[in-house]
Amino acid sequence: MINLPILPILIPLVSAVLLLFLSKRVYAQRVVSVAASFATVIAAAVVLMKVKTDGIQTVDMGSWPAPFGITLVSDMLSILLVLTSSVITLCVVIYSFRSIGSGREAFYYYPIVQFLLVGVNGSFTTGDIFNLFVFFEIMLMSSYVLIVIGGTKAQLQESIKYILINVISSAIFVIAVGFLYSVTGSLNMAHISARLTDIGGEPIVTVLALLFLIVFGLKGGIFPLYFWLPGSYAAPPAPVLALFGALLTKVGVYAILRTYTLFFYHDQPFTHDILSLLALLTMIAGSVGALAYKDVKQILIYNIVIAVGVLLFGIAIMTEESIAGTLFYFIHDMIIKAALFMLGGIMVWITGTSKMDKMGGLIRQYPALGWTFLTASFALAGIPPLSGFIGKLLIVRAGFESGEYVGAIVVLLSSLAVLYSVVTLFMEVFWKKPKLPQLHAKKQTSSLFLPAAALVVLSVLYGVGTEAVYPYVMQAVEALIHPEIYIDAVLKE
Amino acid sequence: MEILMCIIAGLLFAAAVYLMLSKSLLRIIIGTGLLSHGTHLMLLTMGGLKTGAVPVLGEHASTYTDPIPQALILTAIVISFGVTAVFLVIAYRAYQEIGTDNMEQMRGMETDD
Repeated sequence: MINLPILPILIPLVSAVLLLFLSKRVYAQRVVSVAASFATVIAAAVVLMKVKTDGIQTVDMGSWPAPFGITLVSDMLSILLVLTSSVITLCVVIYSFRSIGSGREAFYYYPIVQFLLVGVNGSFTTGDIFNLFVFFEIMLMSSYVLIVIGGTKAQLQESIKYILINVISSAIFVIAVGFLYSVTGSLNMAHISARLTDIGGEPIVTVLALLFLIVFGLKGGIFPLYFWLPGSYAAPPAPVLALFGALLTKVGVYAILRTYTLFFYHDQPFTHDILSLLALLTMIAGSVGALAYKDVKQILIYNIVIAVGVLLFGIAIMTEESIAGTLFYFIHDMIIKAALFMLGGIMVWITGTSKMDKMGGLIRQYPALGWTFLTASFALAGIPPLSGFIGKLLIVRAGFESGEYVGAIVVLLSSLAVLYSVVTLFMEVFWKKPKLPQLHAKKQTSSLFLPAAALVVLSVLYGVGTEAVYPYVMQAVEALIHPEIYIDAVLKE
Repeated sequence: MEILMCIIAGLLFAAAVYLMLSKSLLRIIIGTGLLSHGTHLMLLTMGGLKTGAVPVLGEHASTYTDPIPQALILTAIVISFGVTAVFLVIAYRAYQEIGTDNMEQMRGMETDD
């Protein structure tokens, strides 16, 4: 099977088309989407084992050789991210059964989720820069529909801003691809990388690097470009928010990671200094937001911004150790953000409000929910046996080793801000006296709780079993630090 | 020729930015339309505007124009067409629900879930 890497894109695509015909049969939709998501996870795992044993897998679409056709490339980085996003989508789909509501279910909710997964998996897997744009658009179009589906006033209002910002960033993306094409004369990412090495440190390449940073920064929510994010992410319901928080911004960060390790590594003193400065400001801005709000959703949303800053800082240092830390943190953050938004959604559903000073005393009736949330909070902050620790440890250590003392200290302080914000949330929501006595008929939460708890268990296993994950991550780091490996695998010289 | 096209694309971008910074939602959507026109023009110009036959093999010409930017533009056009259609419908729904097209009045709303 040489076509294996296409399966994580093809399975959700086919199932999405199938689901379009089942729109009124909710039960059939649920069965098909769980089966399809599960199949996607299996396919991604199979490709992962294949990449582990045989190295980078490439598929030339239509048998056109590499620079001329579109090539799909599954290196270790992309397949790890594809596997993570498929697992998250599976859990979110199961979570949606209870939480999304029958109105949305009958209006193409499940097919759109599958299309979102097509876009995300495609963006991670593609080896062609314009194809990346197309997969971005598939992902964004699905997210426009997911953010507005249901049509409440807040959703309509925020979706307008979200669409506008993404239309602008897509236009800049197309222009940047046009510039890159006029400089290199190619669209294949490996071929562009080889051509840029020949050109070397021309100033136009640096301009392009910053143009791509603006584009992917708008998608990923980095410092001066994140202002659309808190409002837009607060509008949709919890499962959609879990998908967005776990997948969408991370695709932007992945694109920065890919372009800055494959294309723009020739003028590092300039580009990577800007990257590290923006990373610092992103962490600070996120911390300020996370500490300022008294709202469950907003606190968790600003924690996305902090995590993007940490990842960006890891990319900016560009040593083997920092990239390894970035990858560890990347996968951890996708899992834990999905889990936290799902748990937060349960809390909001139980109490009927997202203001944390109106909640209180939930630990008596929902002890499992409370302790799971606390575990997830500690994992988010990076308490040692849990999953957020190893990534931040490597990033901070690499920061100190390469003399970026300010950055490394800001990473540590931002962890403190993360811990403070989520533990305050825990104290206010689960301890204290109950403030809403009328709703204390206990609600049945198990069908919502199980998928969220599964992700938390996964993240704990990921933290405890770091040794088992380590060889996979190091294989991914190798291909990122030495772009020749990637280029040789694609162009088959 | 490329210089002229770049200036025209630049004017389109300037007009698009001006319109997108205005208060009325429809002006903003017209701005996104101009932005995508400017983008597509720029993409065509970036491929080079050398003279040659249309990229159809039946022409039997010695040189052809570059077919890749044309394929990219065709893709980008249909994508921006789809996005604009969604945007217009959402703007229409928002006008029905919220009752205004003024962006100044569309902010700071409490989310109700």
